[in-house]
Amino acid sequence: MISKKGKEYFIIGLIRLATYLVVAIVGYILFDIFIKGFPILNWEFISGFPRRSGAEGGILPAIVGTICLVTGAISFAFPLGMASAIYLNEYAQQGRFKQIIRLAISTLAGVPSIVFGLFGLGLFVLFFGFGASILSGSLTLAFMILPTIIVSSEEALRAVPTALREGSLALGASKWQTIARNVLPYALPGMFTGSILGIGRAAGETAPILLTVAAFYLPRLPRSIFDQVMALPYHLYVLATQHPEAEKVLPMQYGTALVLILLVILFNLSAIILRNQFRKKIQW
Amino acid sequence: MINWREKIIQLLLVGAASASILIVLLIFLSLGKEALPFMSDPGIGRLLEYRWIPVSFKREVFGIIPLITGSVLVTILATGLMIPFGVLGAVYIAEIAVARERAFLKPFIEIMAGIPSVVIGFFGLVILNPVLKEVFQLKTGLTALSGAILLALMAIPTVISISEDAIRSVPKSIKEASLALGASRLQTIFRVVVPAALPGIIAAVMLGIGRVVGETMVVLMVTGNAAKITFNPVDSVRTMTATIAAEMGEVAFGSDHYQALFWVGIVLLVITFTLNYIAQKVLNRYRMK
Repeated sequence: MISKKGKEYFIIGLIRLATYLVVAIVGYILFDIFIKGFPILNWEFISGFPRRSGAEGGILPAIVGTICLVTGAISFAFPLGMASAIYLNEYAQQGRFKQIIRLAISTLAGVPSIVFGLFGLGLFVLFFGFGASILSGSLTLAFMILPTIIVSSEEALRAVPTALREGSLALGASKWQTIARNVLPYALPGMFTGSILGIGRAAGETAPILLTVAAFYLPRLPRSIFDQVMALPYHLYVLATQHPEAEKVLPMQYGTALVLILLVILFNLSAIILRNQFRKKIQW
Repeated sequence: MINWREKIIQLLLVGAASASILIVLLIFLSLGKEALPFMSDPGIGRLLEYRWIPVSFKREVFGIIPLITGSVLVTILATGLMIPFGVLGAVYIAEIAVARERAFLKPFIEIMAGIPSVVIGFFGLVILNPVLKEVFQLKTGLTALSGAILLALMAIPTVISISEDAIRSVPKSIKEASLALGASRLQTIFRVVVPAALPGIIAAVMLGIGRVVGETMVVLMVTGNAAKITFNPVDSVRTMTATIAAEMGEVAFGSDHYQALFWVGIVLLVITFTLNYIAQKVLNRYRMK
């Protein structure tokens, strides 16, 4: 006969097991990619151009391509997201308009990435005639990460105490002066956090760039924003599924996966650390 | 003078905030614009056939039913895995884990959410599929089940973080009352805390399902992409997202096939929009309480 307490411990043990099973599987995925990708990482791999359609050489064009796309996306999405958040948190009155904007943001957050790809193809590539280019890809990615940036910027603004605004207004500052000098400086670190998370997401997405920018194999660096580029996630996809010698180029696949995952984890970790620092430092 | 500046700044901010509305409208419009000609020629009814054979010398068939059943099969399997692990994980992190465990688990879940889908797909291709092939004695490991396992992994962080928020926002007093009445820790968790947080948990699961339905790269890489109607988990299936990703690169712009792919996109958009809308409604009502 198991005691009531014993049964309770057993069930708690099961819940713990379920949680750590997930942790273990994800840990194993990361471990597998680190162990098998690490031997491939060397200067030639990072800084070299691919040869024989990616079977040999390095992945420099894919790294540069991803950096171009991410930079482009964030330079569209950050100002837009920041301004939206300022409006929503500081200016907007409760009401219909605000509700519709909120609905639009949550809709945007739920649109599947491949549908963003179709949208980018229809609007930027074809309708605006940008073609498959860094510009089309960046814009598509920018709209995809916009909700992340808006939501986290708003959170950062909300964390600034009302007293700071009231004090400034009471001293005769205008609304915008108050926001620019007394609110934004304290909210900016939080806004950067959201943007870094957005960058991490943009760097890893494949489906939206599949239709708007990514080149199968293009062993040179882009010259303008109207060029096509290779990108890390797409390169991994191509090597893993489209390459005629997919089995033989397995080390290259692991190497690419590792570089991609390091890049994304680097962004996410720095966002998490920045946020925690920020929370510790400023305590109202 | 200053008044003018203030007005202009406010106007710019309103403009920026409206951009989200504009983008959503543009998404619907640009998809609709590319898909529309299909309605008259060859006719919208062609989408409701039971086979998807977009390239053929005889007669092309654009029935999206097998693509929908493919997505449904993968989604049901993934949801079945995602709910227990996601909800139990959230319960564990919110109610059982000690502070030090939580300090590790929470960032870990965030890192997990950030792993690019193509990396998960790659892992599935080289590690999980051979395992499944061995276990179920299959000809190929490219199955709906393997897609579902990986998609569940990708959606679990969403389910955990939103459910955990919901569980944590259950007032402490309710918990204390239950414990004071002599209920055990587990009884309190499953009969008091979880029921109180249920709307939030349901919303979390719906957002997770939205993520699963819309995920592209994983299913494209690991489910085998055979467009057939099946409900066998170890059969190969082709989802709506994978179809668009696989075929859009090779179609002639403006062709029937091209327009049919845009219709698939519209169906996807409507499904995820509905899921999100309901989830937001549930979350909003819940927050107001």
